[in-house]
Amino acid sequence: MSATAESFQPKRRPVKASLGRDDFVMRGFMVVIALYLLIALALPLYAMLSKSFSTYSFDLEAYEFQVSDEAGRFDTPPVSAASLNETLQAVPPEALATSGDGRLPATSFFPDFSFRSPVLYRIRGSDADAVFLIGSERFTGTQWQEVDSNTFRRVMLRPSRAQGLQNYVTYFSTPSLFQSIENSLFIAALSTVITVSLAFGFAYALSRSCMRFKGFFRLIALAPILVPSLLPGIALVYLFGNQGMIKGLLLGESIYGPIGIVIGSVFFTFPHAMLIITTALAISDARLYEAAESLKASRWKIFWTVTLPGARYGLISAAFVVFNLVITDFGLPKVIGGQYNMLAVDIYKQVIGQQNFEMGAVVSVVLLIPALVAFAVDRQVQKKQVALLSARSVPYQPRPNPRNDWLAFGYCGLVAVFIIGLLAVCQFAALIKFWPYDLSLSLNNYAFDLMDGGGWASYYNSIEMALLTALIGTLVVFTGGYMVEKTKGFNSGRGLFQLLAMLPMAIPGMVLGLAYIFFFNNPQNPLNFFYGTMAILVICTVTHFYTVSHLTAVTALKQMDREFESVAASLKQPFTRLFRVVTVPVCLPTILDISIYLFVNAMTTVSAVVFLYSPTTTLASVAVLNMDDAGDIAPAAAMGMMIFYTNAGARILHLVISKGVLKRTQAWRFR
Amino acid sequence: MSNYLRIRNLQKDFGDFTALKDISLDIEEGEFVCFLGPSGCGKTTLLRAIAGLDLQSYGSIEQGGRDISALPIAQRDFGIVFQSYALFPNLTIERNIAFGLENAGRSKTEINDRVAELLALVDLADQGQKYPAQLSGGQQQRIALARAIATSPGLLLLDEPLSALDAKVRVHLRHQIKELQRKLDVTTVMVTHDQEEALSMADRIVVMNHGVIEQVGTPTQIYREPRSLFVADFIGETNQIRSTITAPDELTVGRCDLKSSAHGFSLGQEVIVTIRPEDIIPHEAGSHRAGSTHSALAVAVAEMEFLGSFWRSRLTGAELGDEELYADFSINAVRRLSLEAGAALTIELPADRLIAFPAGGDGVGNG
Repeated sequence: MSATAESFQPKRRPVKASLGRDDFVMRGFMVVIALYLLIALALPLYAMLSKSFSTYSFDLEAYEFQVSDEAGRFDTPPVSAASLNETLQAVPPEALATSGDGRLPATSFFPDFSFRSPVLYRIRGSDADAVFLIGSERFTGTQWQEVDSNTFRRVMLRPSRAQGLQNYVTYFSTPSLFQSIENSLFIAALSTVITVSLAFGFAYALSRSCMRFKGFFRLIALAPILVPSLLPGIALVYLFGNQGMIKGLLLGESIYGPIGIVIGSVFFTFPHAMLIITTALAISDARLYEAAESLKASRWKIFWTVTLPGARYGLISAAFVVFNLVITDFGLPKVIGGQYNMLAVDIYKQVIGQQNFEMGAVVSVVLLIPALVAFAVDRQVQKKQVALLSARSVPYQPRPNPRNDWLAFGYCGLVAVFIIGLLAVCQFAALIKFWPYDLSLSLNNYAFDLMDGGGWASYYNSIEMALLTALIGTLVVFTGGYMVEKTKGFNSGRGLFQLLAMLPMAIPGMVLGLAYIFFFNNPQNPLNFFYGTMAILVICTVTHFYTVSHLTAVTALKQMDREFESVAASLKQPFTRLFRVVTVPVCLPTILDISIYLFVNAMTTVSAVVFLYSPTTTLASVAVLNMDDAGDIAPAAAMGMMIFYTNAGARILHLVISKGVLKRTQAWRFR
Repeated sequence: MSNYLRIRNLQKDFGDFTALKDISLDIEEGEFVCFLGPSGCGKTTLLRAIAGLDLQSYGSIEQGGRDISALPIAQRDFGIVFQSYALFPNLTIERNIAFGLENAGRSKTEINDRVAELLALVDLADQGQKYPAQLSGGQQQRIALARAIATSPGLLLLDEPLSALDAKVRVHLRHQIKELQRKLDVTTVMVTHDQEEALSMADRIVVMNHGVIEQVGTPTQIYREPRSLFVADFIGETNQIRSTITAPDELTVGRCDLKSSAHGFSLGQEVIVTIRPEDIIPHEAGSHRAGSTHSALAVAVAEMEFLGSFWRSRLTGAELGDEELYADFSINAVRRLSLEAGAALTIELPADRLIAFPAGGDGVGNG
């Protein structure tokens, strides 16, 4: 008998999974990492957003004064600050708007005030929320406070907080501020066009010619990744600055401004564009070329009908990545921007220069918009690129063609000279005693302890920070990626996690750093103790570079059989054992890649951490910025090159370790 | 025999789509059962529900008297082999097989002995030190099998285990798996879309379509006595002819009235009658056998196709009307009757091989 004949009451109660130990452990892990992303990303961003909508103004209706006669008798009736101001016009209405730190002296309303006078003053709030300071002591409420005239000059009204768009109105009605939007868009667009064109030529030469030294050229093209983005700025100052070596080439134009920013941006974004476009060109199908040639198409025509369309997603993706990098970069325009305002620098100026945190938050939100758009477009394009990749195609093999190969060689040579040149100038500057007056070699510029910026300690701090970031970041990112990729059920949780993991790529470093101030520096936050520690620098950096690492991890994990977890569970083995015995060993090359990526970026990052370091946790990259700011340009160059050598060393070490580890643990890869 | 696996009223919804509709099924201890059906019929979904990989939306599953409906994978008792084998690439064959044995209080020698035993069982005794990538597909498949049965589970689940292999290897492995299953006497459920595989390996076949069970039966039952037009059509090949009922044991084929076994349809009802190509018996032209319980038709060969061990012939003729029949004739018969395109012959349609189904649906008739 087959399907049974017994009759049943159909069981309409949905089956709900009873969870095993593994499920609880997995969810536990996922909650921990989601919590990390929530605290390290979502909550700070929320704090920043709400800050940008916080407006502060002095509510004069909320305060009442009473003044005694010279004998100390209070005969006159109390009078509100508002009515005093109405008659006196002492504080104009626009001065009532202020920042969170605003203070208004009570004496403003008493033009004939003298601190020697025997007159006594009383002050109270007309409602319970009014706040004022006497000296540094804070008072609220409707209780009269009586002070003598000497103390009264230290009475300060504090603003009340409200929610509104006032900060945005102020921003867009201040030309010096919103001019930055245009500047930033212009610089980013121009740099994008130049970088993508140059990088396309370079990638084309690498993948479509038979020139020599391809490996060498590739290595050189990747070098800018190893230095902070502001280092090319320093080199440009030496080359074209007021006392520059070849200043004449600029024909009187100043390097401080758009020209400098664009050249520097091309330098530091070049490797990113080159990598993306090389990948795009590498997947072109040789059969298309054979077909085109058999149809007797000219080389020119083949280029326009086969090569370019094949790489279009790569080009678009590269363009948006470069645009995003340039518009969110802070170090370079800070060093070489001169009076030319850019959004990312505005944030720094508002926060560090003017202590206007609300306006800093507003600029951050403004900067978020182009970054988010670029990010969204890039994600869309990336998806299509993946679809192209999975199609089976025959890889293109270039054939030798002496003329074109030499052309390609010449072109790549020029780009290499540009990159090596800027780095060499920095190294040269670092070793010269005093440019341009004393050209003898010395190591004086390496005496960092004599300069601003934290000295050698900042270099060691940077290494510590980068190592911690690589270690903790890799752990968090890979475990997180595993949870997202390999857990079953709990779909809403995984969706949220995925979103949180993608978000950091769209958040400019400056914005993240500022958001951290608002969130962690809030005295009411129980996590306040993180502020000013090495831990917050590590957390911030891991978060800043989370997305790319996450995607790397997920890509590797996707290549693992989906059923490993099921097999392990059916064999009654906890997933943790599978993770340890199979997943991690198989993914070891990827894990090493993630850690070197985090290390290198932690060494070079400036934007996020510039708001977060403390005197005990100064960083090398920030030291470059600060020494440059203080006029110690040669030491700044020296420190920048220290970062370069450290990163280069780390990469070589990574290569050696990878090879060694690969030999021991990846034997199964070879038949 | 006890019902080892009892599946009751199983339903699985993916959003608005219902992948399994009210599935009830019993599987006996030690039985080899195949879930067979076209892709998307729900057979893999059913297997994954039994394993707990994708929980059913409604309904219950009992294994060995224990309600496992909602249990996590690790608390169920089964071994599984996937289409991809899912062998751990960085572990040697030995360590792959030992994966489920370790960590369970067994001694090192105990584990080694068991691994050696299993390797011998799947004929790969000398391959223990290699990595999966160094083995052929068929060998990997056997390792996956050895790993799945290492812990002696009460239930063995095979998810299209042979579909990634070459035809030759597949046939060889069919026998090996079947033999192993008999030796171990382990209750086995295999999902396949390959009817030959199901027919040759299974004790019973569960034919599924659109999320419901069409028929459950032994391979011969499924093949000889399909209970629905879908089963008749899906398993093997069959002729489908429009027909009208003319008597309790007669129906029309083309312009003729033919004998059939009692079919239970009412007079004048439109039906589809089926007969398998190999059930059509060829005779010399004109040799009508009067009074036979079987019916004979005069036809002509329109076309012949050589398929190795037999000839497939397309038959037409006045007596068939607009219909045409495909018949498989042995090499001998073709030679004996000198059959070739254009030749005339008489065919015999055995009454008990003519099976009628209601027209315009794939409901159940009785053959």
